[in-house]
Amino acid sequence: MAPLDDKPVLDVRGPGGHPLDIPRLACGAMDDLKSYAAHPKHQEDCGFPGELIDNWQEVAIAKIGELADKNRAFQVYLDACVKCGACTDKCHFFLGTGDPKNMPVARQDLLRSVYRRYYTFAGKHFPWLVGARDLTREVLDEWYNYYHQCSQCRRCSVFCPYGIDTAEISMAAREIMDTVGKGQKYCNEIIAKVKVTGNNLGLNPKALGATLEGLEEDIEDETGVSVRIPLDEKGADILLITPSADFFAEPHIEGLLGYAKVFHEAGVSWTLSSYASEAANFGMFIGSYENMREISLRIRKAAAIDLGVKRIVFGECGHAWRVAYSFLNTLAGPFDFLDQNYPIPQHILEFTHNELEKGTLNIDKSRNDEFRMTYHDSCNVARGSRMGDKPGGQFEIPRAVLRAVCNHYFDMDRDTIKESTVCCGGGGGLLTDELMDLRIKGSSPRMKALQQVTEDHGVTHMAAICAICKTQFSKVMPKFGYEMDSILSVHQLVSNAIILTGQETDEDTAPIEGAATAGAE
Amino acid sequence: MSTLYAVLFYLATILLVVGTGLKIRKYAITPAPLKIPTTPAPTTRSGVFWRMAREVTVFESLFKSNKWIWLFGYMFHAALLLVLLRHFRYFTFNVWWWVELIQPFGKYAGFAMVIGLGGLWARRILVERIRYISSPSDHLMLALLIGIGASGLSMKFLSPVDIIAVKVFFLGLLRFQINELPNQINLLVHLALVATLMIIFPISKLLHGPGIFFSPTRNQVDDPREKRHLAPWAAELEK
Ligand code: SF4
Ligand code: SF4
Repeated sequence: MAPLDDKPVLDVRGPGGHPLDIPRLACGAMDDLKSYAAHPKHQEDCGFPGELIDNWQEVAIAKIGELADKNRAFQVYLDACVKCGACTDKCHFFLGTGDPKNMPVARQDLLRSVYRRYYTFAGKHFPWLVGARDLTREVLDEWYNYYHQCSQCRRCSVFCPYGIDTAEISMAAREIMDTVGKGQKYCNEIIAKVKVTGNNLGLNPKALGATLEGLEEDIEDETGVSVRIPLDEKGADILLITPSADFFAEPHIEGLLGYAKVFHEAGVSWTLSSYASEAANFGMFIGSYENMREISLRIRKAAAIDLGVKRIVFGECGHAWRVAYSFLNTLAGPFDFLDQNYPIPQHILEFTHNELEKGTLNIDKSRNDEFRMTYHDSCNVARGSRMGDKPGGQFEIPRAVLRAVCNHYFDMDRDTIKESTVCCGGGGGLLTDELMDLRIKGSSPRMKALQQVTEDHGVTHMAAICAICKTQFSKVMPKFGYEMDSILSVHQLVSNAIILTGQETDEDTAPIEGAATAGAE
Repeated sequence: MSTLYAVLFYLATILLVVGTGLKIRKYAITPAPLKIPTTPAPTTRSGVFWRMAREVTVFESLFKSNKWIWLFGYMFHAALLLVLLRHFRYFTFNVWWWVELIQPFGKYAGFAMVIGLGGLWARRILVERIRYISSPSDHLMLALLIGIGASGLSMKFLSPVDIIAVKVFFLGLLRFQINELPNQINLLVHLALVATLMIIFPISKLLHGPGIFFSPTRNQVDDPREKRHLAPWAAELEK
């Protein structure tokens, strides 16, 4: 590497090449990519004006000031950036699109330039000197486009010398936009739904119950053992909160079957809740403390009042785990009514890992021999949470579980995993069809890292513990030469490998169905 | 001229101290509503202390990020520190022993400082990504610092100044007396630029200095499950 240039590659957006190759700038490449605007009804359900209000400019500027008073990160990060450029090549969306406004610092500057104009001495008196600008309609539209091209993955914050987290800025920007009536359809529609039905899909309790019964039958057909997936059972010990995708989409469902089998073998009593049938909390994506809190309180109510459980366990979901691990105690605590001998909340992988260590699970690894696995660290788990007692447990525990249930496991390039993991390209409220172009481009660093291990080690499948990652990968993997079912749930592999107590195994032990069936969203 | 510089330095000092003080106060009183350390993060206070210590002494994150920016940036900051410490000799009547000790290094650190800044500036101009994110103020800041370094070096190595007189001037300022400042151009330029830097410190990106200590992604303990964290305004929502 020459000291003065990082040798940008002309066009790295196609397949092949190093996952982290830096593209040349492609100014304006993603200027026109706009996600759909929220319906006025959904805006109002989230507590925001239905449409862009008349005095939006005034209100937005005041909101910047309000956030700077309420959130230290926002205030410090707006001030502290020195434009060193260290983060410029760290965003998968920049790597995939070459659009300079997708460089983390440039993304921050979209808002920082306005903050400077109205809130700093230099920006008020010498705007041209410090790149300050008025908040115009064009600027607002630019915010809308580019703050919805950030998956809030926090990769940039790992590499910034001051820990500046662009996710914080983009959450704040979305909150400011929501406040003036410029919300995004995908996020706000989902938040509106969860407030009414308890989950992002709008599944009602009856439909949910029927689905779960169907799944119980599937397990019984397959294994001959009756494994329960209880719903709304008062007095159960454990409340499982899992992303609603686990109820209906592949490969998510296979993960749910895995949790059920683990709980069954561990001999604990557990239940799902129809009232809080969603782990995801999109309140985080729009930076709305109030919405995030309201959704979190549903979990508290389900646990404390409806069901009276002793423990809360979360299923496989990335940002949900961040909200659960890092924020739940703040938003909906204190949880003094739960059993204090267990982490509150606990991740399903922490639970399974414990059971594996205790030896309660009868595992036949060879049942996963058809898979050569790698593991995708989901951003929010990797950089916004933890598992176990030690820092980094969020990397070690999933790998330990995978190694315990599979014979063939290989890590991807070190610079693309663990705390440096590259996002799937669909997180942070971007998992919507109109952003597909961005999603494919943004996934390219991850896909190239996967291609490397496919070449070097013959890796065929990738496991993940996030509902968004799984859905995103099943959509984008075909663009990179993989089948859509090359993405698996970690608990799907656990499910495959578990031999249930009383399960017939002398006959042909064909790998459990579903592991290889096609995934539909 | 001496009076002008005396006034300038009093003013600059007041603006620096008050301005930065107010900013630090703002950072300190603004709550962090949520636990957002960039994980893996330390699980104890002392762990956070070490994380922060590594950030400010060896620029750990920057090192992970980009070796060239780290090299030039580190060179500049380390040299600046030495040079600043060396300057204590102009503000204390008896030169402290450790200031004496670093004197020989401090003298040459000025070169490292200018080279580091030059490297950063070259990257700012030549690397298209960094050029894209630069404002005029980013270039001017580098020009200012290089100007300070170069004028300082010129006094040491090109046309020496009567440093005893300079010392008398600054010791005088500390006692609210105005003594004669040598009327030499490189000294006057040096001092004017330094005063400028002091004045713009609290209103510029130089706030990264105090800012890093208040960065929640770096200074928070990773213990949200064990300890409930609640901002005062968020506690209001629970009433
Ligand atoms: S790494 Fe941090 S300080 Fe440097 S340009 Fe990026 S956000 Fe700014
Ligand atoms: S948070 Fe992730 S998506 Fe957003 S700017 Fe940073 S690296 Fe890019």
